[in-house]
Amino acid sequence: MTVTVLLFASYADLLGKNQLTLDLSPGATAGDALGQIQTFPGAHRIPANPLIAVNERYARRDQVLAAGDEIAIIPPVAGG
Amino acid sequence: MRCALVDRPIEIAAIVSEVARNSNGATLLFIGTVRDVNNGRAITGMDYTAYSAMAMRELTDIAREAAEKFETEDIVVEHRLGSLALGDASVAIAVAHPHRAPAYEASRYVIEQLKQRVPIWKLEHYVDGSREWVGTPVKTRETGRLTPENASVLQADGA
Repeated sequence: MTVTVLLFASYADLLGKNQLTLDLSPGATAGDALGQIQTFPGAHRIPANPLIAVNERYARRDQVLAAGDEIAIIPPVAGG
Repeated sequence: MRCALVDRPIEIAAIVSEVARNSNGATLLFIGTVRDVNNGRAITGMDYTAYSAMAMRELTDIAREAAEKFETEDIVVEHRLGSLALGDASVAIAVAHPHRAPAYEASRYVIEQLKQRVPIWKLEHYVDGSREWVGTPVKTRETGRLTPENASVLQADGA
């Protein structure tokens, strides 16, 4: 199944892109998606345990993904 | 109650008018502005960017929580995105309530939660021409959904 991953701010800069598509096995979790991202060039500077969102909501690592889900790796937020 | 992400100057007078109601005895206005120094470095301006769809969800959740907790529907939050100059308003929060104490508390609640939860980032521009993404580095100690109840799982990452 494929899922979309969104990258923002410093993390987008580190990977040189702000969006990518992952092909995951059925039953894969948000943590599995993060694990794949962390193998990409430039990703070694993303903290080991960043905030993750699935479909616009903060999510746990063990959240099981569905085809078409939108996963976001959330850098330290700085609004205000 | 209304929340918005805007790419033009925040119209302060308009949001204050928006929360006005004859039953309200107190109106609180918080304005966050671009400051000229951060962490000892002189700043010339700032670019704000967001995960807009999620930022709107979180902002709306926060305003709803404040509305329920402090019993007022008269809450307006606007956050500006894009390039801002020194002194520009990046965020404005207007809260009105029959009484001042809950108005102060609701205003404080909204800004503190916004700074912890809403996916907005800023790129600081320094006088020497360099630019850096800023933010308090955080991570979840436990992999729980970030909510007002468990926001304490956030801790400095040092990253």
